[in-house]
Amino acid sequence: MTGGRENVGIVIVSHSPLVAKGAADMVRQMVGDSVPLAWCGGNPAGGLGTDTGAILKAIEEAWSEAGVAVFVDLGGAETNSEMAIEMIGKGRAARIAICNAPIVEGAVIAAAEASGGASLAKVVATAQELSPS
Amino acid sequence: MIVVREPRSAVDPSALMCRVIEACRDAIVAREAYLCDLDCAIGDGDHGTNMRRGLDALAAERQRLAGMPLAEAMSAAGTILVMSIGGAAGPLYGTLLLEIGRGLSTGRLETEFPEVFQHAVAAVAQRGRSSLGEKTLLDVLYPLSGELIKHVPLQLLAEKIQGFADMTIDMQAMRGRASFLGGRSIGHMDPGAASCALLAATVCHELTKAGAA
Repeated sequence: MTGGRENVGIVIVSHSPLVAKGAADMVRQMVGDSVPLAWCGGNPAGGLGTDTGAILKAIEEAWSEAGVAVFVDLGGAETNSEMAIEMIGKGRAARIAICNAPIVEGAVIAAAEASGGASLAKVVATAQELSPS
Repeated sequence: MIVVREPRSAVDPSALMCRVIEACRDAIVAREAYLCDLDCAIGDGDHGTNMRRGLDALAAERQRLAGMPLAEAMSAAGTILVMSIGGAAGPLYGTLLLEIGRGLSTGRLETEFPEVFQHAVAAVAQRGRSSLGEKTLLDVLYPLSGELIKHVPLQLLAEKIQGFADMTIDMQAMRGRASFLGGRSIGHMDPGAASCALLAATVCHELTKAGAA
């Protein structure tokens, strides 16, 4: 169970379940249960890839009224995450952001920021400082 | 050649939808390895497998889809593809069908379809943040849309479609994983363009055969 329901949630989406779980483990080590956290990785058949249904489920799992920051690796993870956000409905979609940041460093720094009660905009901005441009 | 057409009323839309879905599934199954080979050259090698998973899922639901009005069936089919293909192709093909479903009204299909399709292709471009000439399935969808707007008969169109995919061979990939290869992506057909051409040609053939076009 993830605690800290009032804090921004973190979702990690990788093509590889091992990468996604590993990044989530690193987030947990940093912030414990103070931030809602979920991960998903792999295509609908269990191979490397991404799965819109699994992303939807992860967002539900890490849902916080303060919003959710999503971290993705390669292109398909981003496109499928955008699709999932569109499918989740307009009301909640406005409170979900895909971060332009490296998946591991971004998720860890975002979680640290979120654990202090920062807003979604602040969490996203902090993670995105890691990416040039 | 003289083509004797059945009266339009003889085309049962439900049966036709089932046939089109089956034909698309069969076409993808027959070219699964080929699509994977194309993807191995410039991507992660799973495009054929992903498309097969999508078309298998669509075929499994064909009776349910065939019982729906066309617009609703298109949207439902789009959702099935999004949830089953995985990869970037899922959201792209899904968006195409979802937008066609969103755009269709109860007007005459022949009249409204070209414009609905044009808007759907624009939505796919937006989803992939891509445009013409970047070695993607858009290099098939855009010219296809252009021909539909000109009301080119589907039988003629079916013969032209592979040519659109062939054009991607000389292009450098600007989107997706193939773009990581830079100039080395030149000389290979884009797998998304290949599957798109295959599916579009199959749909054109089936509609022509049924006298629905």
